[in-house]
Amino acid sequence: MALVELRNVSKIYHLGDEEIRALDDVSIDIEAGAFMSIIGPSGSGKSTLMHILGCLDSPTCGTIRLDGTMIQDATPRQLAAIRNQKIGFVFQFFNLLPKLNVLQNVELPMIYSGVSGKERRQKAMAALELVDLANRCRHRPSQLSGGQQQRAAIARALVNNPRIIFADEPTGNLDSHTGEAILQLFRKLNGEGRTIVLVTHDPEIAAVTPRRIEIRDGKVAEKVDLTLAGLDRSPQPGSAP
Amino acid sequence: MKRAVSPMSSEAFHGSRQGGGGDGALTAAATHAVHLSSVSLATTVGVGFREIWAHKFRSLLTMLGIILGVSSLVAMSALVKGMEKGAKEALVAVGGLEKIRVEPQDLPTDQRHLKDQAVGITMNDVRALERTATLVTRISPEMRVPATLSANGKRFRPFVCVGVWPVALEMTEHVLAHGRMFNELDDEMARSVCVIGTATRDELWGSPEEVGREIIPIGETLYINGVPFTIIGMFQHYESESDRKRRELAAREAALQAAAGVQPTGPVRDRGRGGRRGNFIFWLKNATVFMPLNTAYMKFRSGVSLTGFGPGSGGGGLVSGATGDPRLSNLELRIQGVEVLPEALQQVRNVLMSTHRGIEDFTFRTQEDWADNINTFIRNARLSGGLIAGISLLVGGIGIMNIMLASISERVREIGIRKSIGAATGDIFVQILVESVVIAVLGGLTGLVASFGLVRLIASFSPTDNAPIVTALSLGVAFAFSVGVGVLAGLLPAVKAARLDPIQALRYE
Repeated sequence: MALVELRNVSKIYHLGDEEIRALDDVSIDIEAGAFMSIIGPSGSGKSTLMHILGCLDSPTCGTIRLDGTMIQDATPRQLAAIRNQKIGFVFQFFNLLPKLNVLQNVELPMIYSGVSGKERRQKAMAALELVDLANRCRHRPSQLSGGQQQRAAIARALVNNPRIIFADEPTGNLDSHTGEAILQLFRKLNGEGRTIVLVTHDPEIAAVTPRRIEIRDGKVAEKVDLTLAGLDRSPQPGSAP
Repeated sequence: MKRAVSPMSSEAFHGSRQGGGGDGALTAAATHAVHLSSVSLATTVGVGFREIWAHKFRSLLTMLGIILGVSSLVAMSALVKGMEKGAKEALVAVGGLEKIRVEPQDLPTDQRHLKDQAVGITMNDVRALERTATLVTRISPEMRVPATLSANGKRFRPFVCVGVWPVALEMTEHVLAHGRMFNELDDEMARSVCVIGTATRDELWGSPEEVGREIIPIGETLYINGVPFTIIGMFQHYESESDRKRRELAAREAALQAAAGVQPTGPVRDRGRGGRRGNFIFWLKNATVFMPLNTAYMKFRSGVSLTGFGPGSGGGGLVSGATGDPRLSNLELRIQGVEVLPEALQQVRNVLMSTHRGIEDFTFRTQEDWADNINTFIRNARLSGGLIAGISLLVGGIGIMNIMLASISERVREIGIRKSIGAATGDIFVQILVESVVIAVLGGLTGLVASFGLVRLIASFSPTDNAPIVTALSLGVAFAFSVGVGVLAGLLPAVKAARLDPIQALRYE
């Protein structure tokens, strides 16, 4: 059984009389331990897909099973708990809280899962070490470079040990060199067994993942799975553009 | 929250860091589902404090409304409490609730034509009441004399100069400090003796504060409207508790100065507060002169010219003239108890209606009217003061709500982030609400402290002599109100924040 199973999911908005199908009958499986990308031009519905996969939004119809839980009919509170425990988000604009220092930002998800202060600190430091940012834990986000901020955001996404991490244009706000470092970090985390989904419009970035799903006009246009074909390039560190 | 949580797959990734994984914590979160928020209150309050600290000046301004509201509520209640206490003290000083005063009154309109047959209140009524009014325990007839006192080369108009029976001493709650009260014999013989209050002494011979020692003018001659009287007794000095404290403090300070070797150079001078005679009610009581009822009748009402008596002359034995006026100015009655007041009033009325042949030329005045007046006044003062303080608290609450609304629209993105990493609607709701309550509680506590200063300030301006009394109850109520205002003010912003859609909130710039 796949970690995430999307079956015939549609998301329909109504603008006046016009019906907009942001997602139209999408079915996707994401296996545990996968490293994949969802790719598509802006307006294709990839963000909507990510929001639904990430339990930020619910589909108009269709079913989603995440880690054995049917989430299309979960209550908002249950969705919040799932986001907290099973999902980590990494955003294009980092989305760290500017008033908190890095350590406090990383501790934030555990506050909502009721972890005690001491354990919180311990786990947050461990997550920061994983992204090589432990020495900056007392800095405010504004005192860090873009790459460092994104690493802090990744540490925050990791800290509750989620089943899956969604990264929405994680390199979109970084220069290409820093962006590559972040992608490598994702690759490393995937190597440790974490399930990571990149959402991007950039085919070059999508190229680093062995699996790709292309979304166009709310539909799955193409599924590429290099692992099945034995064609996983698994680019060596530094070789990707 | 019911769902089948699959056991972690064997290829599960997390290395050495975490063993239990998310599932255990998720079920823990599920057990929290009954609560509004899974975040501990201490953490939420901590976040609230941090948020307030991050906007120190703004938070202070917001709190100011609550501070003013709370302190004005406490100060108002202290002021009213002080007045209430003063009024109750004064009520006890004039003889409590079991007293009825019978006073002459103009005839009612339908009896106007009987005016020349109205007899007024006379000793006849006193005797009839003694015989038949069983609910009346004591009767004290009074005959007031408009008087000017003179002695020691000075003149003084007392508040009341009145001929009474000896029983008047206890009827009017007077206490003799020096000498004796005149007795039945003095009354029978219509002796020219009188008992004075300290105000008369103060005016004619000087007060202890002025002369530095207490003068007790027993045995001195006092001229009442030119008629010589011998002072045989003096009442104690009546004053409100706050006056007494003030006086004792001054005396202690003076003693301290004397002990330190500072020689007072002459009598202590009035320091410009002479106009204040303490509580007016108490001053009135001090400005009382009592003489035997018969003496008052013989000397001043019996048709004999009020002046023209040489010093030393004049005694009893004067026959009442044909033009003598036997009318009493009023009767003071004491009844068995407050609980029989209506019955006693009816009884007295029946007796008097019979002695007055149905002409209603009298009226009753009870302290109950006064007590009612006091209560009404206190209630009104409390209501209006409470209303004003309540409005200022409300304005403070609106201030909080305003700031919280502004604050959440500044923090839309933050709320989106918090939601995306797992904050439930309840968590956000509680966070904003707690922030609002923390502002209100801080403001409330500061307001309580400020109220003591405000009370002192008001006391120095206050027209009354009644020191404001800050009660624990008023502090508690004011604080509870501030917390309540904080909760109410936080509700709307908290609901608004909690309802934000995380996706739109994350996109918000």
